[in-house]
Amino acid sequence: MSSAIEASGLVKTYAGEVKALDELSFSVEEGTVFGLLGPNGAGKSTAVKILTTLSQADSGSASVAGFDVVSQADRVRRSIGTVQQGSTVDREATGRENLRLQGQVYGLRGRELEARAAELLERFGLADAAHRIARGYSGGMERRLVVAMALIHRPSVLFLDEPTTGLDPEVRADMWTEISRLASEQGLTILLTTHYLEEADNLASQLAIVDRGRVVAEGTPEGLKADLRGDAIHVELAQADGNGHVGAALEALHEISEVSVEGRTLHARADDGARAVPVVLNALEARGLEVASVSVARPSLDDVYLRYAGRTFDRAEAEAEGSNR
Amino acid sequence: MTVTLRDSWYMTVRHLRALWRQPAWIAVTLVQPIIWLLLYGALFKRVVQIPGFEGGSYIEFLVPGVLVMTAFFGAGWGGMPVIDDLNRGVIDRFLTTPVHRVALVAGRIVQGAIGVIVQSLIIIVLALIVGAHFRNGVGGVVLMIFLAVLLAAATTAWSYGVALYVRKEETLIALMQFLLLPLTFLSGAFMQLSLVPGWISHIADFNPLNWAVEAGRSAALKHTDWGFVASRTAFLLALLAVAVWFATRAFKSYQRSI
Repeated sequence: MSSAIEASGLVKTYAGEVKALDELSFSVEEGTVFGLLGPNGAGKSTAVKILTTLSQADSGSASVAGFDVVSQADRVRRSIGTVQQGSTVDREATGRENLRLQGQVYGLRGRELEARAAELLERFGLADAAHRIARGYSGGMERRLVVAMALIHRPSVLFLDEPTTGLDPEVRADMWTEISRLASEQGLTILLTTHYLEEADNLASQLAIVDRGRVVAEGTPEGLKADLRGDAIHVELAQADGNGHVGAALEALHEISEVSVEGRTLHARADDGARAVPVVLNALEARGLEVASVSVARPSLDDVYLRYAGRTFDRAEAEAEGSNR
Repeated sequence: MTVTLRDSWYMTVRHLRALWRQPAWIAVTLVQPIIWLLLYGALFKRVVQIPGFEGGSYIEFLVPGVLVMTAFFGAGWGGMPVIDDLNRGVIDRFLTTPVHRVALVAGRIVQGAIGVIVQSLIIIVLALIVGAHFRNGVGGVVLMIFLAVLLAAATTAWSYGVALYVRKEETLIALMQFLLLPLTFLSGAFMQLSLVPGWISHIADFNPLNWAVEAGRSAALKHTDWGFVASRTAFLLALLAVAVWFATRAFKSYQRSI
């Protein structure tokens, strides 16, 4: 019933660029882990910056923990913990000093502060490194320290902006365990942004898929996948389809639907994948189109993304890469 | 208010700690005044023989100049670590906490001020060793250091604000280089203003660095012109207020752009 985060109609345009946020709206129920999933450049980080009072929207409104992010920014800041992209630790200070300063700006003092810092250092496996300068920390240690710092004042809403980007696979797995553990804590609401499909799938209980600054689909990961009904068929052609042959070859088949072609890759959906495959292969062969590989899979979030954003996740990432920097 | 003061102190501690862990900085702090006061002072020792030059030794004349210049240069580069903090996301992190923006600026100002006091004391000791005499005693010297601190505080705040606007080390270096040396030479730091070309002394009247140098010299070394010292102190205080306002505005502009 009560939502920890409400974003409604957020619009943000950076100078001389396209809209980063285009009427972005979503709401996050208290005590849940909410995932904002989208490719780089979809506007996830912009949304987090606005919700954490770092930046302001051109229009639209948002509230966090029941407070307006503009008119009650100070109340919002006291209620949230933020893990921003990359590592934001003070590298010239030790782990403990980083935690201490973070606590001090929230008004924690003396023994209470020391106890809380020690508790978090212990919990995030940093007790032995507490007295070491953060410059010497590994990527995973730095990230754990940032999360510990975000929790020092016991926030009710935690923002994790791309918490595992740039981490090694093993370290990422550790981080997932850590986040799952946080999620089980009573009352803590977590908003997580990610461009890793499996991360959203694993961690988020609710999901909003963001593309070009708007929410294109919302629901539980399972629900979103179930909505697709049927299997996903992926066909890799030997050559790119130059003149629309593929479309023509498959349009007529009623075993499959939602056909889309990107270069040499072909995606389609079928109620019964195993039965549809030979039909598809026959149709392609009849048009003289050579097939390099074919696969059938239960729907993944990738398929969900394709369905709602009209392009594959990889393609969207590549496009973002091309237009940014 | 008290919370902002306390936060300013926490930020100051952070910066001082970082400095303390860089022994190179301490060495530079010691070496710079030695070069200016002893080498430069020796080089132009006979300047005092120019007809019309008032007062005793050139080293004595040079003390307020070197003291203020050292403070000014140190503060001028105050924006560099700010850019580092911006790049590393440290400032973004603080901006999502309840800490007041003014406390972030004040932390750098107070750290800079402490640095200026330490450097100034080194300069004074050096000057005493080579025979300088401060005719107005400890009070005059303290007032001179205070003026240098005021100038440094205002300069730190400017540098901080500029850093938030430009966000590139190269740009900040270019801008500061454009500012620091010219302002030093368009002042009475190294030469009595009654002996320099008229246009320089006119510009010097509007040069904050010169306010601190001339007022400091008057306070520590001469028959003090209290009206002059008071007016220049007021100018520097006003400059500091404007600079802090500017840095706070720069935060707004920065946050609008991200």
